[in-house]
Amino acid sequence: MVWGRKGDAMSDAVKDRSRAQEVISLKGTVTTPWWAVTAKWLLLLLALLVGLFAVQRLIEKGSWLGVVIVGAILMAILAVYSTRRAIPLKYLLPGLLLLLGLQIWPVVYTVSTAFTNYGFGHVLTKQQAIDAIVANSVQEVPGTPRYAMSVAVKKGTPPSTGDIHLLLTDPQNGTFFDGSKEGMKKLSPTGVQKTDSGKITTAPGFTLLTPREVNQRKDFGDFAVPTGKGTGIKPVGLSQAFEGRATVSYDAKTDTLTDGNGKQYVPKDAMFVPKNGHGDGFSQGWTENVGFRNFTTILSDPTIRKGFLSIFIWNVAFAAVSVLSTFFLGMLLALLLNDPRLRGKGLYRSLLILPYAIPGFVTALVWASMFNQDYGLINNLTHLNIDWLGNAWAARAAVLITNLWLGFPYMFIVCTGALQAIPSDVKEAALIDGANAFRTLRSITMPLLLVAVGPLLIASFAFNFNNFSLIFLLTSGGPFTAANTQIGGTDLLITYAYRLAISGVNPNYGLAAAVSIIIFFIVAVMSWSGFRRSKALEDIN
Amino acid sequence: MSAIDPAAAQVPVPLVRPAATVQTAVGHQPRGIGRRVWWRHALAILALIWALFPIVFIVSAAINPSGTLSTSSLIPNGASMANFRWLFNAPAWPYVSWYKNSLYVAGVGSLASVFIGACAAYAFSRMRFAGRRPGLLALLLLQMFPAILAFVALYITFDKIGGALPQVGLNTTSGLILAYLGGAMGANVWLLKGYFDTVPRELDEAAKVDGASHARIFFTMTLRLVLPILVTVFMLSFVGLFSEFLLASIFLRDVNQQTLGVGLWALQTADKNKYFGPFCAGALLASLPVVLLYLGFQKQLVGGLTQGSVK
Repeated sequence: MVWGRKGDAMSDAVKDRSRAQEVISLKGTVTTPWWAVTAKWLLLLLALLVGLFAVQRLIEKGSWLGVVIVGAILMAILAVYSTRRAIPLKYLLPGLLLLLGLQIWPVVYTVSTAFTNYGFGHVLTKQQAIDAIVANSVQEVPGTPRYAMSVAVKKGTPPSTGDIHLLLTDPQNGTFFDGSKEGMKKLSPTGVQKTDSGKITTAPGFTLLTPREVNQRKDFGDFAVPTGKGTGIKPVGLSQAFEGRATVSYDAKTDTLTDGNGKQYVPKDAMFVPKNGHGDGFSQGWTENVGFRNFTTILSDPTIRKGFLSIFIWNVAFAAVSVLSTFFLGMLLALLLNDPRLRGKGLYRSLLILPYAIPGFVTALVWASMFNQDYGLINNLTHLNIDWLGNAWAARAAVLITNLWLGFPYMFIVCTGALQAIPSDVKEAALIDGANAFRTLRSITMPLLLVAVGPLLIASFAFNFNNFSLIFLLTSGGPFTAANTQIGGTDLLITYAYRLAISGVNPNYGLAAAVSIIIFFIVAVMSWSGFRRSKALEDIN
Repeated sequence: MSAIDPAAAQVPVPLVRPAATVQTAVGHQPRGIGRRVWWRHALAILALIWALFPIVFIVSAAINPSGTLSTSSLIPNGASMANFRWLFNAPAWPYVSWYKNSLYVAGVGSLASVFIGACAAYAFSRMRFAGRRPGLLALLLLQMFPAILAFVALYITFDKIGGALPQVGLNTTSGLILAYLGGAMGANVWLLKGYFDTVPRELDEAAKVDGASHARIFFTMTLRLVLPILVTVFMLSFVGLFSEFLLASIFLRDVNQQTLGVGLWALQTADKNKYFGPFCAGALLASLPVVLLYLGFQKQLVGGLTQGSVK
C-alpha cells in the first residue's frame, strides 16, 4: 500500500511535470509572427519619417512652437511603442493625441477667450494694433520726390522668400539707392542699367523680380524702408515709391497716441479714445483680459438677460418635447410591430427607418421647402395658409414636427431592440399571475424598457439641447421681429451663441464663448444628474 | 397617432386561470387569428404614410421636368431625367466631385474612427491603469461641450498646420478627416466598451496562458468577437460624417473640395426656388449610400445599439 501510494504520488509528480512541459510547449506554439514584428517597426519608421518631414517644413517656416509639439509627439510615440512598457498607452495613444490636439485644445482655447474681449475690431495684440494705427496714418510728405522703383532680392536668394530690396532712382539727380528693411544705402552706378523713366532694369548683385513674382509675395503689401523716426519709403504700385511720414506717433511712456494736430488719445476699453473726450477714437482695438465681464453682461444687460431667459425656456422645451415625442412614437410603433403573428414586419421596419437614413442636411432643407407658405407641400395638402417660417409659434411647431420625423426611427430601432431583449418568461409569469395585457405592459414591459433606454433618452436630450444644424438649416433661428433683430423665435442657446460669435453684425467671440460655457454647465448638470439617477455610471468596473 | 393602445392585444389569448392551459396559450398560437392583427396593419400603414411622404415628395420633385419648387407636388406631373442631367453637366456645381469627396471623407474617417475607438475601448475594458475611471468620465463630460464654438479654435489650428503641411491644412478633405478624428475616441468609446465588457475575460486569460501577446489577443481574437458593435459604430460614424455639414462648410471653401452637404446647401441657397429640382435629384442620390448601408445592416444596427449601450 505504502509503495503503491508512493508510486501514485510519484506518477502524479511525473504527470504534473509533463503537464507543465505541455504548457511550456504550448507557450512555444503561440509566437508573434515575424511579419507582425516587421510591420510594427516599419510603421514606427514611417511615423518617424513623416514627423521628421513635418519638422523640416516647420523649421523652414520658423515655427518653433510647431517643432516642439511635433518633437514631443514623436518622442511619445517612440517611448510608447518601442518598449515593452506602458501597454494601455499603446492602445490609447493615437486617440489620446488626436483628442488632446483637436478637441481638448480648441475647448480650452474657447474657454480662455470667454475672459477676453476677442471679437470684431479686437483681434490683434495691443502692440500690433498700435503698429497698424501708425502704419495706416502714413501720408506722402508734400514736396518730396517720387522715386522710380524696382523690386529685387540679393543674388542667390530665392525670389519667393529672399529679403526684399527696393532699387530706387532719385528723379532729381539720378542717384541710385538700395533700400532694405535695414535702411537706405547709396548704390554704386557701375553696371546699373535703367530705362528712360529711371527704373532700374539690371543691377550687379541683385535679381530683379517680375511683376508676377512681386504679386505673389504676401509681405510686399506692408513693406517700407525706414528712413528716420516715423518716416519711411513705401512702394506705390510696382514701379514707384514715395517718402511718407506717419502722422500719428505713439509714446510708450505715457501710453498715448498723438495725431498730426497734436490731439492726444488714451486707451479705454481696449481702444484709443480722445483724451479730452471729444470726437472719434481709432476703430482699431486689441484683445485684452476682461475677467468676468462677459458673464456679468449676460446676467445684467437687460436685453441680453431677457432674451437669454426666453431662449433658455424654449431650448429646454424643444429638447424635452423632441425627446418625448420621438420616444413615444418610436415606442408605440415598436410595440405595434412586436407581435409574432404580424406578417411583413421586416418590410415595415425597413421602411420605417428610412427617415433616419436620409442625411440630416437633406431632411432639414427639404422640410424647409415643404413649409414654404406659397408653394410648400404642407400648405398645399392641408389647404391652410400658414406662414410656417414667418410666425414664431408656427415656426416652433414646424421645427418640432421636423424633428419628430427625423428622430422617431432612432427611438423605434432602440425600442425594438430593447423589447426583443426582454425575456419572455417574465411576461409568462405575469400571465400566470393573471395580469391582463395592459397591466403587463404597464408593470412589466414599460419598466424594463425604460431601464434599457433610459441612458439613451438622456443622451438624446443632451444632443437635442444643442441641435445646431437642424435649427440652422431649417429656420436659422428665425423668425426675427422688427423689435428684436438679435433673438429669433426658434433660437437655441447654441444658435444664438453662433450668431454672436461668427455671423452677427458685430461678432463678439468672447461673449459667445461665455454663453457656450454656460450651455456646457447646463447640459453637464442635467445629464449628470440623469445618468446618476439611471445608475448608468455606477458600474464602470 | 391613434388613441387605441397598440399593446392591448399584446397577450393574444384571453387569460385563463388554470396553469395547464397556459402552456397552450404561450406555446403555439391558435389559428384563425388573422383578423385580430388587421388593425396593426392599418396603423402600420398610417405610420408608413407619415414616414414616407417627404421621401415621395423628394422623388417626385427630382423627376419633375420643370424643376422649380412652385411646380413640385406629391404626385409628379411628368417624369424626366432633366434634373439629373443638369446636375451632372453643371460646371459651376461639380456634383460628381462632391460625391467622391463625401465617400472618401466618410469612408476613411469612419474606418479610422472605428479602429481608434476599438483600441481605446480594449484598453478601458481589459486593462487596469491609473486614471482609467476619471478618463472615462472625462470623455463623457467632454461630449457635453458645445463643439460649434470650438470650431473657431479648430480653424485657427488648421490654418497653422496648413502653413507647414498644406496636404492636411484647410480646404483639403484629408485635413477635414483629421479634424473629425479628434472626436473619434470620445464619441464611441462608451458604446464600444459596453460591448467589449460582454466578451468573457476568461477567453483572454486562456489565450494568455497559451502565450499570446496582448496585441495578438486584440487583433486576432477580441476584434473578431466584437465585430457586430464594430459594424454598428462604423455605420453610425459613416452616417454622421456623411451628413456632417457645419465643420465641412467652414473648412472646404474650394468648390471642387466640397462634400455633398456643403455643395447641395450652396445650390439650395443660391436660389431656393429655381434649383429645387436639381437639389432634390442630388439629395436623392446622396441618400443612397446611407440607405443601402442601413437596409443591409439593419439587424447589426439594432443588436449593436441595444447591447452596447444598455446594461
